[in-house]
Amino acid sequence: MSREGVNVAKPYQRMTREQVELVHRTSLELLEKPGVLVYSQEAVALLSDAGARVTQTREGEYDAWWVSIPSSLVQKALESVPSKVVLGARNPENQIVMDARGYHVYFGSGSETNFWLDVKPETFVSQENPENQRVFPAITRRRGTVADLCKSAHLSDNLEHLDFFIRNVNIQDPDINEGNKDVNKFFASLNNITKHVMGGLTDFGQMDHVVHMAEIIAGGREELLKNPVISFITSVIKSPLQVVDETAEKLIKVARLGLPVVISSSPQGGSTAPIDEAGMVAQVNAEVLTGIVINQLAQPGAPVIYGAVPVRARMDDLHDMYGVPEFCYYNTSCAQMARFYEVPCYSTAGVGDAKVPGIQAAAEKMFTHAVVPRSAPDIVHYAFGLLEKTNPFCPEQAVLDNHHIGMVKFLYREPRVDESEMERVKEIIEEVMQTPHRLYSRYTRRLLRSGGIFPTYPFEGEGDDQDETLLKAHEKVQEIMDRPRQHLSEAICREIYAQVPGLLPRLNPYQV
Amino acid sequence: MSEKIIEQIVANVLQGRRDQSDEGIDEGYDGTPGVTELVEEALEQGIPVEKVLAEGLSHGMTLVGEKYESGEYFIPDMLAAAEAVGAAMDIMEPYLVKDGGQGSKGKIVMATVEKDQHDIGKNLVTIMLKGAGYAVVDLGVNVPASRIVEVVEKEKAGLLGLSALLDTTMPFMKQTIEELENKNLKDNVRVMIGGAPTNEDFAREIGADAHGKDAFAAVKIADQFL
Ligand code: B12
Repeated sequence: MSREGVNVAKPYQRMTREQVELVHRTSLELLEKPGVLVYSQEAVALLSDAGARVTQTREGEYDAWWVSIPSSLVQKALESVPSKVVLGARNPENQIVMDARGYHVYFGSGSETNFWLDVKPETFVSQENPENQRVFPAITRRRGTVADLCKSAHLSDNLEHLDFFIRNVNIQDPDINEGNKDVNKFFASLNNITKHVMGGLTDFGQMDHVVHMAEIIAGGREELLKNPVISFITSVIKSPLQVVDETAEKLIKVARLGLPVVISSSPQGGSTAPIDEAGMVAQVNAEVLTGIVINQLAQPGAPVIYGAVPVRARMDDLHDMYGVPEFCYYNTSCAQMARFYEVPCYSTAGVGDAKVPGIQAAAEKMFTHAVVPRSAPDIVHYAFGLLEKTNPFCPEQAVLDNHHIGMVKFLYREPRVDESEMERVKEIIEEVMQTPHRLYSRYTRRLLRSGGIFPTYPFEGEGDDQDETLLKAHEKVQEIMDRPRQHLSEAICREIYAQVPGLLPRLNPYQV
Repeated sequence: MSEKIIEQIVANVLQGRRDQSDEGIDEGYDGTPGVTELVEEALEQGIPVEKVLAEGLSHGMTLVGEKYESGEYFIPDMLAAAEAVGAAMDIMEPYLVKDGGQGSKGKIVMATVEKDQHDIGKNLVTIMLKGAGYAVVDLGVNVPASRIVEVVEKEKAGLLGLSALLDTTMPFMKQTIEELENKNLKDNVRVMIGGAPTNEDFAREIGADAHGKDAFAAVKIADQFL
């Protein structure tokens, strides 16, 4: 058993087959000329041994290499790349099977926001009419902590439409430093959620400890490979067309460990990539292919995920922008490229510029939530609780997003129009026509119980002159926070604490 | 004659056309000389550098700034204009020095700190500072504190700009300031910091002289200190 996601059986194809092939050819040409600028000696060695042309140069303070990647190398990598990648989970029922030839779409959280938004209902009194007292949600912004990350993982475990977890809180406690950050963020996540945990690493040196933690949880190295409870995201590409040193090393190491890894490239149309769809898609595709080539050279057949995260630049400050139509063009076209290569796709939706939950947030988020999955990427990240171009996370917003994603999942259900269904409805219509009131309502009851009818908006308020959505979402968050947490067993925690250095004692639920 | 070319410089700064290959904003500029070519021509004609600078480049940039303020221009317009002016300043520098001036308005070192790869914001700041007439030595990304301090000392920079986008790399800003202090350089150079996770409080805490929330703030800080 694995998670269901939603089956988008007839994916939207924004580009024609000819356009897809043109993008592919252009990306290959770009990889030859100008080629990619690589800062990692290890990656350069892999590429040049495989036949890429390499010229050394100097960029700023560092050595770098112009690497011209021949199309034969890309072709070879695409041949060895698996089209199916399993994302494991503590609870095997929460596994996700990413199948590039299939059409299931899964939604997840992410990514590391620096701020946590607290929502607190407060009573306000009107200055004009002191009789008029209202409860409004007051929002405060503060830096995220490891305790918040635990809460967020627990919340995510309880959101039925959240299929996998990418930590959405950057842990900034005074006792967290570069040397202990990775182990604590992975432990805080894994100890509070039974779904798949995907994430990036801050410090290369911590990778072994994090992997060892996952092995203990999965029950050994072999078990971890069968049920990879964790996977990694590497931002190995710095757009345009550059390969970052340390991240390339991480990528190579993860490939050799045989754990799933996302090649994430996030160019901004209008600053680090052309703003035109054609240029953006050709460039980001070339970038992701570069990562896939390095990954497959390091370990042919290693599980790898096509992670295009193309965004648009905002024209008044050049910050990244997510809730706009171009974002949807870019992302749906990239999903099409991944499908063309039959490589599982990691896509993005659900962020905007809105700073707090509200009308702007709903419009921006719902827009991309509804559009991007239509192209049937395997997974969609950034989808829960993020606001203001990924800078804050708000748990109440995550609860709202959960419901909105439920709407999206419902939306993409296949039409049930077939002979037997038609026979059934014909009977019903005939029956109803013979009754005195000619009402169909009695025939909704079964469907209503089986999840066949979409529920009323659960955050609707009682009053008729105030939007109470956020207050209702707050109640829901409180209710979920009071539910028991699904911690790892005491024996596993003991083993992890004994073998993995740097864990904060306060995260151990069995600490006496 | 001299008025005509100054007017053209202003118009091309407004178009953000660094050179003749640039398409600019409006129709009708294709193939005509851009800011760098026009500045070269003006200097050849013997128009005083001060005039080219004040009535051409600076005046053009002021107009660009006004258009940005009023919402007519966007950041790409500002950047293109600043880049054009920056490139023209490189051409003018020897003339300004020859005329007994100090060349640029002052020297600034910019860097993204160690272990940090983010540079979109830092590049924006660098371009705007150059466009405002400062000489900027941009060290790039992932630059260790010791290297930054070495260059500040060598270049006798009056201002150092540090950028960080990760909470884990913010401490390297502090480290850089400490190294400046250890080498007794802190009195010669002001330090400004920026990048999304930084703020005024953090700047104060680590002994930086200023925090800039965006590229415009960076130019204001430079104007104040240099
Ligand atoms: C683009 C981007 C990248 C690109 C960088 C490309 C590039 N050429 O810079 C890539 C893909 C390489 C990247 C990599 C990573 N990133 Co990143 N990235 C971003 C992103 C989306 C935008 C940053 C940006 O360019 N903004 C636009 C510019 C214009 O704004 P700005 O930098 O703030 O600069 C303005 C001001 O701050 C100021 N300013 C800036 N510098 C200075 C300096 C001075 C002196 C002054 C006065 C002013 C000033 O002026 C600028 C202009 O107005 C942010 C998210 C976000 N929304 O901020 C994440 C973000 C910063 N990244 C993040 C992370 C975690 C990473 C990675 C670790 C891995 C990952 N999860 O992908 C790696 C780290 C690599 C490394 N070692 O540095 C997190 C940071 C969280 C944290 N720990 O603090 C963020 C917040 C995203 C997130 N929510 O997860 N990233």
